[in-house]
This record gives sequence, C-alpha cells and structure tokens, in this order.
Amino acid sequence: MTWNINNNKCLRCGGCVSVCPAAALELKDNIIYDEKLCTLCGICEKACPVEAIKVTNQ
Amino acid sequence: MRHMRKSLPSRGHKGDKPMNDVIIIGAGPAGTACAKKLAENGFSVKVFDKRAEIGSPKRCGEGLSEASQQFVGKIPDRCIAQKIKGARLYAPDGRYLDAILPQGGFVLERKVFDKWLAEEAVKAGAAVQANTFISDIVKDERGYFAGVKGEFLDNEFEEKTKVVVCATGAESPLRHKALGVFSKVNLIDSCLQYELTNVDVVSDLIHIYLSGVLAPRGYVWVFPKGEHRANVGLGIIPQDKKPKAYLDEFLKLHPEISKGSILEVNAGCVPVGGMVKDMVANGFVLCGEAANHVNPIHGGGIKEAVISGQMAADVIAECLKKNDVSKRALSKFNDVWWKERGDHLKRVEKLRETLEKLSDSDLNDLVDALKPEDIIEFARGAKLSVLAKVLMRKPRLVSIARHLL
Repeated sequence: MTWNINNNKCLRCGGCVSVCPAAALELKDNIIYDEKLCTLCGICEKACPVEAIKVTNQ
Repeated sequence: MRHMRKSLPSRGHKGDKPMNDVIIIGAGPAGTACAKKLAENGFSVKVFDKRAEIGSPKRCGEGLSEASQQFVGKIPDRCIAQKIKGARLYAPDGRYLDAILPQGGFVLERKVFDKWLAEEAVKAGAAVQANTFISDIVKDERGYFAGVKGEFLDNEFEEKTKVVVCATGAESPLRHKALGVFSKVNLIDSCLQYELTNVDVVSDLIHIYLSGVLAPRGYVWVFPKGEHRANVGLGIIPQDKKPKAYLDEFLKLHPEISKGSILEVNAGCVPVGGMVKDMVANGFVLCGEAANHVNPIHGGGIKEAVISGQMAADVIAECLKKNDVSKRALSKFNDVWWKERGDHLKRVEKLRETLEKLSDSDLNDLVDALKPEDIIEFARGAKLSVLAKVLMRKPRLVSIARHLL
C-alpha cells in the first residue's frame, strides 16, 4: 500500500489537493503528503492531469 | 467608531503586534476583491499569497467578458493580451458558428491582471504580501477562528485577527480543515494547457471545440493572445486517459496550432459544480473558487470570484461594525450569495449535466440548430427551457427536449 509522486512530472497545480477527501495533501514547493491522513483511495491519481501520482492499494 | 478609521491595524495590549480586522488567504481575484472592499469601508486588512509572484503560474485560459468589468472595474490595457469580438463554436464535425458578443471580451495576461487587482486593493488601504505560505488557521479561546500561522522566507509567524477569509482557490487543504470542504472528483475537470507562440488562428475570436471524443464532458479551447500566441488547452472528466493524451490528439488534427512552440505548460483541476452550501464558521468565511464559485458550464472563475469576494466583504463589514463575527452573523453571506449567484449557477450546472449527455452526433445537430444569441445565453447560464427550445428545432433531438420541459 503506497502513495508515490513523480516530482519530475508534477506541475504543482494542486489538483490532487482540491479533490483529496482526507486533507492528506498540501501544495507548498512540492506536494506535501501526510501518510497518517491518507486512506489510499486513489482519487488524487484520477484527478491528476499528468500521471504524476501512483497509488497502489494491495 | 472603529470602522470609520482608515485601515490602520489596531493595537491590543501594550507590546502586541498591531492586529488586522481581517486576514485573507490568497491574493487571487476573490481575495483582492474582498480586501479592496473591506479597506474602502475603513477596515484594516492583510492578504497573504503563497506564490512568489502574484498571478503566476496561471491556472487559467485567461478569457473574460468585457461585461465583467461591471464587477472587476475598468481593466487597464497592460492587462489585456488580445481583445475579442466573440466566440467561434465548433461542432464535432468541424462546422462552426460565430457568436459575436455585443460588448466583446478579453484574453488577459493573468500575471499582470492579478497584480493590478492586488495594487487596487493596496491603493484602497489593504496590505498584500506574496511568497507567504499559510500553514494553519488557529482558533481563540471561544473556538472562533482568529488567526493564522505562516511562513515568510525564513520567518515563521502567527498573526491574530477578527475574521479569516479563505480565498485560496480549490487547491488548499485549509478549506477542508475549517469546513470539511473538498471537491468531488466527478465535479472537477482535469485540465492541461499550453501557451504557444507561432500559431495561426483567427485572433479576435476565442475558439471552442465541443466533442465527447476530443474532450469528454469538457471542451478544447484556443484563446488567442495576440502576436500569433495562444492558450490552447482542454478540460475533461477525470479518468485513466489523461488530458495530455487528448491534447496531443487535438494538436495532431491542427497543424496550424501544433507548429507552434510551447512557452508555458499549465495544469489544474477546475470545479464545475458543487458550490458549497455553508461557507462560514465562527470568525471564518470561504469565498471564490475555494467555495467552488465557478461557472459550471465554461469553468470561468474570475467574475464569480470577484463577485463572491465583494459579497463576503459586505457581510464581514456589517458583522465587524456590530462586533459580531459569529457563524450566525456571517451566515448572511450564505443567504446573499445563494440568492444572487448560487441559484443561478445551480441552473447552469443542470444545463451542463444535460449537455454532457449529448453524443457527438447530437452535438452536431445542436450546433446546427443554435443561433448566435443562444450561445451567449448559454454562456451566461440560460434556463433549461432555452436549451429545450433549441433542441426542438431538430427532430432527432425532440425527445431530449421533451425530457427537459
């Protein structure tokens, strides 16, 4: 069960932050991820315009 | 009378830092419109923005109708990249219809425009500070939101206030922390845009391509910025196939655009519905895109942000004058916004939901049946009955029309 971001692909648009139902993400210089809050629901991966986020839930 | 004094932060106990009446998080169109109006009413107000440069990088196609100046104010020429006469709407089969607006519109240079809006707020007496990351909103002993924690360069700080306004856009978790608000993933469009130079497009129209194949639920836009420059982008319902793949396919079909060079890449997720019902808490107001105040049919947010920020300012000013910033007092913003804008935008959302059900061949028929004035009506957010009337012109679409009536 992991959440990964590729910072070379990420455009820092914050789209993932806007859809996160758990407030586990925040945009500062990069996306800040709080694994304590994340439920690995994968919604951020779906919203991301550029395939920067990969969530594996297995 | 506190509110008669002009915009000087008050001092509490001896030695305390001067306290502003209002702290606004986010110096976009909502935040600066709110700040300007509060400052004009004599309140001290400070706006923090996370970005090192206000207005940049943009997350926006940069189009704005000339009529929006009614709310935004007279926009100086330096903010305008290209003046626009109207919109060219393309059906999936390539046929198009020109809708010439009575007043026209602009394609803006957002980083100049947003700085101008910030300057206007400062001229009115507000303070603005870029490059300031607000990490948290803090409550006082009564449980009212009454301050922020932030960082400016190397300094961490905490500042107290009477009202915190969250005008961060949809991209901040602060709205979640305060009110539990986030955007449902099926109510955002995932967007990607290139700003290109050396493209050949008719430069005094914005170009809108409708097609469920090119851009499922959304549309492709080409917004000319003068001198053979243009913002070319699209928004789609979030899915496994990403906006870039769709944009690549569109560009392949348009050599007059794809021959250009990419000067800038912009991405973002724009709310296309789900306007927040309850936007206030004790000492706290949410406004602009942070409250999903965006036109659900075209995703334009500048006008709605400015109106929302100004309405929030009026209510906050009234509450500060009465020395009551409770949720109950601030909830007048809910009443006013929903009456003036919300019910209208809800209808626009319904219209969008109906349009997204149309297949590409339905859309071909629709564009064929449309008259230029219908397009203008739609963009403003016409009632479903107007769409029904248009659909009635095509025998194949009558059944959809009947469903709407």
